[in-house]
Amino acid sequence: MAANLSLAAPPPFDAERVRRDFPILDTMVNGHPLVYLDSAASSQRPLPVLRAVEDYETHSHANVHRGVHALSQAATAAYEGARERIRRFINARSTREIIFVRGTTEGINLIAQAYARPRLRAGDEILISALEHHANIVPWQMVCEQTGCTLKVAPINRRGELLLEEFLKLLNPRTRLVAMAHVSNALGTVLPVKRIIEAAQSFGAVVLIDGAQAVPHSRVDVRALGADFYTFSGHKLYGPTGIGVLYGREELLAAMPPWQGGGDMILTVSFEKTTYNELPWKFEAGTPNMSGAVGLAAAMDYVESLGVEAIAAHEQRLLQLATAELARLPQIEIIGSAAHKASVLSFTMKGVHPHDLGTILDAEGVAVRTGHHCAMPVMTFFGLPATARASFGCYNTERDVASLVQALGKAREVFA
Amino acid sequence: MDLKELYRDVILDHNRHPRNFGRIEPADGRAEGHNPLCGDRLSVFVVLDGERVADIRFEGRGCAISTASASLMTEAVKGKDRTAIRALFDKVHALLTHPDAAPDGALGKLAALAGVREFPVRVKCASLCWHTLNAALEHGAATISTE
Repeated sequence: MAANLSLAAPPPFDAERVRRDFPILDTMVNGHPLVYLDSAASSQRPLPVLRAVEDYETHSHANVHRGVHALSQAATAAYEGARERIRRFINARSTREIIFVRGTTEGINLIAQAYARPRLRAGDEILISALEHHANIVPWQMVCEQTGCTLKVAPINRRGELLLEEFLKLLNPRTRLVAMAHVSNALGTVLPVKRIIEAAQSFGAVVLIDGAQAVPHSRVDVRALGADFYTFSGHKLYGPTGIGVLYGREELLAAMPPWQGGGDMILTVSFEKTTYNELPWKFEAGTPNMSGAVGLAAAMDYVESLGVEAIAAHEQRLLQLATAELARLPQIEIIGSAAHKASVLSFTMKGVHPHDLGTILDAEGVAVRTGHHCAMPVMTFFGLPATARASFGCYNTERDVASLVQALGKAREVFA
Repeated sequence: MDLKELYRDVILDHNRHPRNFGRIEPADGRAEGHNPLCGDRLSVFVVLDGERVADIRFEGRGCAISTASASLMTEAVKGKDRTAIRALFDKVHALLTHPDAAPDGALGKLAALAGVREFPVRVKCASLCWHTLNAALEHGAATISTE
């Protein structure tokens, strides 16, 4: 991914024009114009997404797959149309491979409970990396408790990069499942997922990629990657919250039992026997989040109208600028200096706890994430309780980087 | 929103030079406090003389508000009995959470925490040490959490 980024010629990218699509960016915070540097936690939504959701709610809403009446058909068309939009966005073979979930966390839990739990037993191994978000640790710990299998963790170096050789050494015939982030949320590290997938599959393991932080910053082609499962969230891709996608290879999904039971995931129900619905609905029990799906499809339209590669190149320029600017500040230590990074910049300031830093930046209108970023093992590795994290999206500008640097100066004054 | 109200000189001083910092072993009471949202942890150790806190220390790692609050607390409660400490905690709690609470004269230096109430997400930083002390006095040994 990152290799492609550096090769791309910088296309014209008008971030000022992009900003006008995001009304929330006009907010004043504590007397200052908002400087939103927390897109890795949740990105903002552009007008086309807000309008698509409003349009669905105003003109097309009823329950899906149920009624013969006009609105139910309109809702079904909107919902299934969104599925097809998503299939194209990640280049899946079929909409049967696109399961709507609440978000990345639910996608991982679905695979943990419906794929791993019925198959794994004592002696089997699940392999993750030391960079994972809690959502890609805890579901596997639960499976280990349920089945007696073992969780293995591939280590990282001080730059925040996966030690690929160590990862390869941990692979063995007992490795049944590998679950890895595509991009680390805490440090921004881009993992070599294609290589990881190939190596794991050569041992017969299936691979789940947590793509929550990758999809907003790169073109993801699930077939080119060869991923068995790939999951991501809508709200980090300029779409709504409460909607996400689990991609799975059809033959794997077809062989899995349902996860949750309920309406929409069945064909026939009697007290003696229930037959389950076909893919993808087998995994979508209950009335789904239709407006969320419509909003996510609109977000994908929006991202492609700007150009995924153009957004990525713009973000990389901001990341490089911010990295260079912060590196010049003597009190700042940048945490995570991987060769390939997405637009996430984690840092600490000497003598100022990240929590205090977050408050001071907020007083200047600058929104950053502070804390352990739901990646406590990463913090432990670096011997830190927390970091501050600035992350950049399509609407950020060089001015935002300057505001961050200025606000850090303010923090140094307060704690002088 | 005035940062100078939050980060008063007394707060910055106690953050930089926390008083009564360290462990007491053996202690008559000890407890650990944890704020899972920000990862802050602190331990409080007390030596009792009957109902009176004869000595107190704390150690841990946290933001300026939590460190300064713990440092100020240890100075304020040393030599006081349980009843007086409970009354003081009530006053601190009111100071941190009631929008109009006028600083009570009994608070002394603790009144420097008044600015925290303008920053609701930071109230837990300031109150963590008091909940931890409470646990150390009530249970002898415990772990408490802000969540």
